[in-house]
Amino acid sequence: MIYRRYSVPSIWQEMDRMQREMNRVASAFAPERGERSRGTVNFPALNAWTDDDVEVITAEMPGVDPKDIEVNVVGDVLTISGKRSPEDPDAEVQYHRRERVCGEFSRSIQLAFPVDSEHVVAGYENGVLRIELPRAEADKPRKISVKTA
Amino acid sequence: MSDEMKSIEVKTDQNEMEEKTERIRDRRVYMPRTDIYESADELVLVMDMPGVSESDVDIVLEKNVLTIKGFPVFDRPEKLNLAYAEYGEGDYQRSFALSDEVDRGKIEARVKNGVLYLHLGKAEQKKPQKIAVKAG
Repeated sequence: MIYRRYSVPSIWQEMDRMQREMNRVASAFAPERGERSRGTVNFPALNAWTDDDVEVITAEMPGVDPKDIEVNVVGDVLTISGKRSPEDPDAEVQYHRRERVCGEFSRSIQLAFPVDSEHVVAGYENGVLRIELPRAEADKPRKISVKTA
Repeated sequence: MSDEMKSIEVKTDQNEMEEKTERIRDRRVYMPRTDIYESADELVLVMDMPGVSESDVDIVLEKNVLTIKGFPVFDRPEKLNLAYAEYGEGDYQRSFALSDEVDRGKIEARVKNGVLYLHLGKAEQKKPQKIAVKAG
C-alpha cells in the first residue's frame, strides 16, 4: 500500500527544530576542527528556503558592514565571507562581558541545485543577509510529452 | 517539552527576577549576545539583535533593572519551504541589574545593522565632603 504524508505533524517539526538547536549548541563547544576557530563555525547562522525554481538563503550577521560582505557562487556552492569589526572604544575601557564574536568569517554551503549566477540577488537589512538564487535553466526539470503511436 | 526549554532559559538568564507571567505573543524568546564595557563616564551595552530595526526595540528601566526587548520582523520567503535551519526566529529579551551610578537622564540608544548600542551615562560623582575637625 502506498500512502503519502501531505503534512508533517507539528510535533515532529518541533522535535526537528529542537534537535537542530541542540546540535548547534553542542557544536559550539566541540573541539576545534582544522583551521576554523570556535565561533566562526557557526557564524553566520544560515537558514535555507527552497522550492523547485529558487533557493533563498538568509543569514544572521548583525554588526557587519555591508561593504565587508562578499558573496560568491560557483556551480551549486555558495560562499559567504566577510569581517565583523570589533567595537573600538577609547583605550580606557573595562570590559565586563564579551559574548559577541568578532573577526573574519567564511562559510560555504551546498545549494539544492546549480544556480544561475548572473541573476543572484543579495540584500542586507537590519543585520540579516538575504540571498536569492534562481535555479540554472539547464538544471530545470523538463517535461517530456508522451506521444501516442 | 516546553517546560524543559523554559528551565534552560531561566538558568542562562542573568536577572534574578522570576517571570511568572506568560507572554501574549506565541514566539520563542532568545537572549541576545551582549558586550558590556565601562569607560570613565559611561556604561555601554552592545547587543546582537538581527532583524531588529530602531522601531522594534523596547527599553524599560524600572528601579534598578534594565530590560531590553526586541521584536524583529522576519520576512519569510513566501511559498518556499524551510529546507535547512540554523537559527530560529523569535523575540529578544534580556535584563540587567544596574548600579546606582547610572544617570537616568543620560541614556541613549541606537540601532545599526541589527546591533543595539545602549549608552548609559554615569551620574556625576558626588564630591567627598570634607569635615573639618576642630581642636577643642
